Amino acid sequence: MRRSALGRSWPNAIAVVLVIFFAFPVYWMVSTAFKKTTDIISKTPVFIPLNGTLEHFTTATGADQFWSFVANSFIVTVVAVAASLVIATAAAFAVTRMRFRGRKAFVLVVMVAQMAPWEVMSISIYMIVRDNDMLNSLVPLTLFYMMMVLPFTIWTLRGFMAAVPKELEESAMVDGCSRFQAFMRVIFPLLVPGLMSTSLFGFITAWNELPLVLVLNKATGPGTAQTLPLWLTSFQTTFGDDWGATMAASTLFALPVLVVFFLFQRKAVGGLTDGAVKG
Amino acid sequence: MAVQSEPVRAKSPGAGVGADAPKGVRPSAGPGLLSRSTPYLLLLPAVVATLALLCWPLVETVILSFQNLNKRQLILHQTEWNGFKNYTDQLTSSEFWHTTGRSVAFTALNVALIMVFGTLVGLLLDRLGKRMRLALQIALMLAWAMPFVAQTTVFTWLFDSRYGVVNWFLDKLGWHSMAAYNWYSSQLSTFFVIMLLLVWGSIPFVAFNMYAALTTIPKELYEAARLDGAGSYKVFTSVIFPTLKPFFLGTTFLEVIWIFKCFTQVYAINAGGPQRLTETLPVYAFIEGMGNQHYGVGAAIAVLTILMLSVLMSYYFRIIIKQEDEL
Repeated sequence: MRRSALGRSWPNAIAVVLVIFFAFPVYWMVSTAFKKTTDIISKTPVFIPLNGTLEHFTTATGADQFWSFVANSFIVTVVAVAASLVIATAAAFAVTRMRFRGRKAFVLVVMVAQMAPWEVMSISIYMIVRDNDMLNSLVPLTLFYMMMVLPFTIWTLRGFMAAVPKELEESAMVDGCSRFQAFMRVIFPLLVPGLMSTSLFGFITAWNELPLVLVLNKATGPGTAQTLPLWLTSFQTTFGDDWGATMAASTLFALPVLVVFFLFQRKAVGGLTDGAVKG
Repeated sequence: MAVQSEPVRAKSPGAGVGADAPKGVRPSAGPGLLSRSTPYLLLLPAVVATLALLCWPLVETVILSFQNLNKRQLILHQTEWNGFKNYTDQLTSSEFWHTTGRSVAFTALNVALIMVFGTLVGLLLDRLGKRMRLALQIALMLAWAMPFVAQTTVFTWLFDSRYGVVNWFLDKLGWHSMAAYNWYSSQLSTFFVIMLLLVWGSIPFVAFNMYAALTTIPKELYEAARLDGAGSYKVFTSVIFPTLKPFFLGTTFLEVIWIFKCFTQVYAINAGGPQRLTETLPVYAFIEGMGNQHYGVGAAIAVLTILMLSVLMSYYFRIIIKQEDEL
């Protein structure tokens, strides 16, 4: 395609501005976390922290029960995502490979459930959990996070499963596989990208969630069941003006998601956007 | 479903095709009761989870909304029914209607900004050279992958009154009165920060989808339009927009729903302050319900919010179904 030098340079100029706009907050978070306090509160912002320090990370990781909240977040997220993958795989298989009464209704419910107003249901969830004496426990959190990602997981896996030709499975069964074996040997390997993209989405959702944990697991003190988002909001209140520590804490919190995102990015983003837009 | 455009579908082949079982499927083999019930057994966990974890809280929200339930009743485990009082109280209170109006305006403005700029960024991605595109994609992904709570703390820091880099920058630009400006002191400026945060965090999703959709529009369509002498704007209105209409529709509605019910960013920036002036409906429901311990009232607000969402969703589903018919 023919394009003049001028015609090429203005998109690039806009792109540079956009790169700064989108990346700067993230850069500013990470760089502040490494800056000496004197640099953070200097009259002129220090844009490149040449003589950095790890002191803020020590403050953040040394904060009360930090590691137990890390563990809580990981347990809740991993269990919720794994459970939803198992449940969704079974459901998606039934929906794509079998014909039965109520199949369409089920698919419709899954679609609507993706828009569930979790944010406004926190009051009743609190009552339910309290009446069952489960406040300040990881169990209800895990269950609700699992439910939050389940409809999307079913929806996405259904799409991926429908893409696997039936003939592959049938020929495996002709060769003597049971239906389950045919599924495990033929369909499952082809589902891996789908499983990856949905787990990425689930990971972000569960890792991120604030409203429910804010309501259910407010209790502080030893052995409490807070997760990192809640820890981070209370950290910000406690450490107030200590922006270095707050940014170090935010960096530590964001890091796993950023890492997972970039690791899975190539395979996952296509499926992620695809599934989500079908929403 | 029809929300995604044809091209997006092509990205992961066959997604969405399975809405109707492929022809020639063996009706779940065998005459036995067991094999006939197999699909139901496979669906059972999903159905049980949905009933217990989604439907139950929904029903409970409705039940609570008809109760006079405050801190006292909560501690004493009392159930005091008070009919529609929570609803009539809300529907006649000016605060509720202010919050509703604010929520609607907030949603409309944010979604408009997100869609317009997201589309423009998507179009730009399509025009850029390889290296610049990669740079922009990485920047977008950084914003996209940042957890909400981390996003919020970073924006609070950027807009900090004393050491925030935004104030420093505005001061350097010659706007000296902004040097120590407290962004969280007024309704409009707090909303400005929240809006910037939401737009910043939401554009990547729209832009990536837009770009993915664009890459699959057949080149001949562009060429035909160019031969007819169409400029960029005309190409957009006569080729891109009509082709990607389902995409625009679907993404807009998703954003409407996400922004309308978004809680974390609005709450975590300034907890609905100053003077409760930045409360949107979900935050209002939360603060009335959990914060002020008027659980019944909070539930009523939640039900009203859900009703508004349902109206939006039904409108959306009608369009989808209509589109399916047209195809």
